[in-house]
Amino acid sequence: MGVIIDKELCIGCEQCLDACPFDALEMKGDVPEVGDACTLCGSCADVCPEGAITVPEVERAQDDRAAQAKGVWVYAEVRGGQMPEVVAELLGQGRRLAGQLGVELGAVVLGHGLGGVAGELFALGADVVYAADDPLLADFNDDIYCKVLTRLIAEYKPEVLLAGATSVGRSMIPRVATAVATGLTADCTGLAIDPDKRLLLQTRPAFGGNIMATIVCPTARPQMATVRPRVMKRGERREGFEGRLVTVSLDAEDQAVTKVLEVVQSLEENVNLTGAEVVVTGGRGVGGPEGFKVVAQLAEALGGVVGATRGAVDSEWIGHAHQVGQTGRTVAPKLYIALGVSGAVQHLVGMQGSDTIVAVNNDPNAPIFDVAHYGIVGDLFKVAPAMLSHLKQLRGQG
Amino acid sequence: MKIAVCIKQVPDTANVKLDPETHTLKREGVESIVNPFDLFALEAALRIKEAAGGEIVAVTMGPPQAETVIKDAIGFGVDEGLLLSDRAFAGADTWATTAVLAKAIEGLGDVDLVICGKQAVDGDTAQVGPGIAQRLGLPHVAFVKGFREIENKRLVVERQMDDGYDVVELPLPALITVVREVGEPRPPSLKGKMRAKKYTVPMQGAADLGLDASQVGLAGSFTQVVKVFAPSHSGERRRLEGSDEQMGAQVIDALVDNQVIMLGS
Ligand SMILES: Cc1cc2nc3c(=O)[nH]c(=O)nc-3n(C[C@H](O)[C@H](O)[C@H](O)COP(=O)(O)OP(=O)(O)OC[C@H]3O[C@@H](n4cnc5c(N)ncnc54)[C@H](O)[C@@H]3O)c2cc1C
Ligand SMILES: Nc1ncnc2c1ncn2[C@@H]1O[C@H](COP(=O)(O)O)[C@@H](O)[C@H]1O
Repeated sequence: MGVIIDKELCIGCEQCLDACPFDALEMKGDVPEVGDACTLCGSCADVCPEGAITVPEVERAQDDRAAQAKGVWVYAEVRGGQMPEVVAELLGQGRRLAGQLGVELGAVVLGHGLGGVAGELFALGADVVYAADDPLLADFNDDIYCKVLTRLIAEYKPEVLLAGATSVGRSMIPRVATAVATGLTADCTGLAIDPDKRLLLQTRPAFGGNIMATIVCPTARPQMATVRPRVMKRGERREGFEGRLVTVSLDAEDQAVTKVLEVVQSLEENVNLTGAEVVVTGGRGVGGPEGFKVVAQLAEALGGVVGATRGAVDSEWIGHAHQVGQTGRTVAPKLYIALGVSGAVQHLVGMQGSDTIVAVNNDPNAPIFDVAHYGIVGDLFKVAPAMLSHLKQLRGQG
Repeated sequence: MKIAVCIKQVPDTANVKLDPETHTLKREGVESIVNPFDLFALEAALRIKEAAGGEIVAVTMGPPQAETVIKDAIGFGVDEGLLLSDRAFAGADTWATTAVLAKAIEGLGDVDLVICGKQAVDGDTAQVGPGIAQRLGLPHVAFVKGFREIENKRLVVERQMDDGYDVVELPLPALITVVREVGEPRPPSLKGKMRAKKYTVPMQGAADLGLDASQVGLAGSFTQVVKVFAPSHSGERRRLEGSDEQMGAQVIDALVDNQVIMLGS
């Protein structure tokens, strides 16, 4: 398997080698050879100036689910009575997709004591709400949550299902996708519809955000995606809108084998980096635990959350819950401010999707400046306080 | 207790630099390593074995050269390894990957606990662990950050959540995925390294697992990559000039002008 390269047409320019995101091409003499890593994505064919590369059609299992499936669904996560922001964002995006497909937007909510949640989901854009309210669903456990959602999908056959790429979503949704036997794309940052084929075009960062890939699920249904918080726009609120409420009850077989003994919302852990609009990160350049004071002050003034590099966490200046990057959290806030951060690849992959990046570093060659929209070569202990006082002044507090 | 740990070979991003022009990884000569999160999975397995006794098998699906990650695992003190390699496995999405891994784990017989890393750093999906659990009909807890109790038939774990953590009890057999907080990976032991040198890694392909080529790899995948492109790093990049104090004030002005910071309220 692999793309077919016409040796007569190939001029050996090697552009395809650079274009291949999977490193699947290698020069053998004058022409490239295709290796096992090829996924037939076609990036090579797109760049080939000679048209020497063709991508073969792969025979894929046929599935009649596409013909029957209808409707866009959003999984409306509730934890501790609260809906994370991403639910509103998913419903906003879900409305747009449902509109393009000409179908209803459904929201599924599982939990206990769901009082006003259905009304809120209607206001946020849902036409139908499927709600299961049961003491067994009081705490999040993958067993029952997955069983109930899987059963609802089998019964109502939505063509698209979206969920937030939160701790809950990333734990249960892969299990549900496997149970219903369909594809799932993780951590999407873009969703669109191919109207002819009714396909969901799911765009996500790959290789740590260094390339973007658009992925489809051609035959199986629903087409499932988890979506990164803070990238989709929430919709207009429709106050007082009443949709259809479908009450879902549990089966006798819905017993959880895992049991939540305790829910801890610890202060140190309560660093919702993923959901933050502003993240101010301190690196080893802040010099010590005291150095994080100015980081925290700036974060507070901007209504943001404190982030940290692994360098700072490993030095035990701040807890690991704050770590941004490959082995920490991935964030994409509106504003990311990096203070004394060198910008190692492992850090960059966790934050380069941020809308606006400000970097303060006294080393003009620090790689963080490659991704910063505003680069400031200077001493963070002078620059950050200046930012603070100017902000206060503009707000008339100074 | 019999523990299976799933580990993946990934490109080592530690020595990779970003190309400032194209924002792509410069990958020439990049070495392959054990997925960093899977080192935590191995460490968790070793700690559980220390507490409850038993045996650890490291399992990987990958090209023949992925054998080295199994040897690395042996070096850390894992008892056995298994390489799942077949040309037919190439191009697998997470659905086709879990088909292979679940079958192989089933073949190990009487596994009490499967441990996966939180996610692989090349794909970042975090889907493989829960997918294997579903295929094997095992309960799972994802993003485990610590262990409260380790018994032969039962674990009490701490599960990382966005707003804190949950303490969860789960009966074995089960699957967990782990995050960094489970403990710093120990260095490989001398004894382990010696053993790794001599260790012949057992290998299985699709036929050995009783899987048809249509169920694995690209052919057995539901998802399909249709386009790959460079991220648009929108907005221009500029360096500010002036004294530290001036630059601090300037950047705030610019952020306010561009409505990144709202002054209202
Ligand atoms: C497998 C693996 C996974 C990793 N995962 C992560 C991860 O998830 N997240 C992460 O962040 N890292 C991660 N790392 C570590 C990463 O490679 C870097 O070591 C780390 O990001 C460096 O942190 P730093 O920028 O704070 O420190 P340094 O690299 O030491 O940089 C400090 C910077 O501060 C500047 N500075 C010093 N004083 C001042 C001052 N007064 N004013 C202004 N600037 C000043 C310096 O010029 C320097 O550029 C990982 C590494 C590996 C191998
Ligand atoms: N090819 C593979 N071989 C063995 N384990 C894997 C493989 N792919 C993924 N895993 C395991 O599944 C986890 C999650 O991977 P992913 O879903 O790809 O992010 C990893 O940390 C590994 O423990």
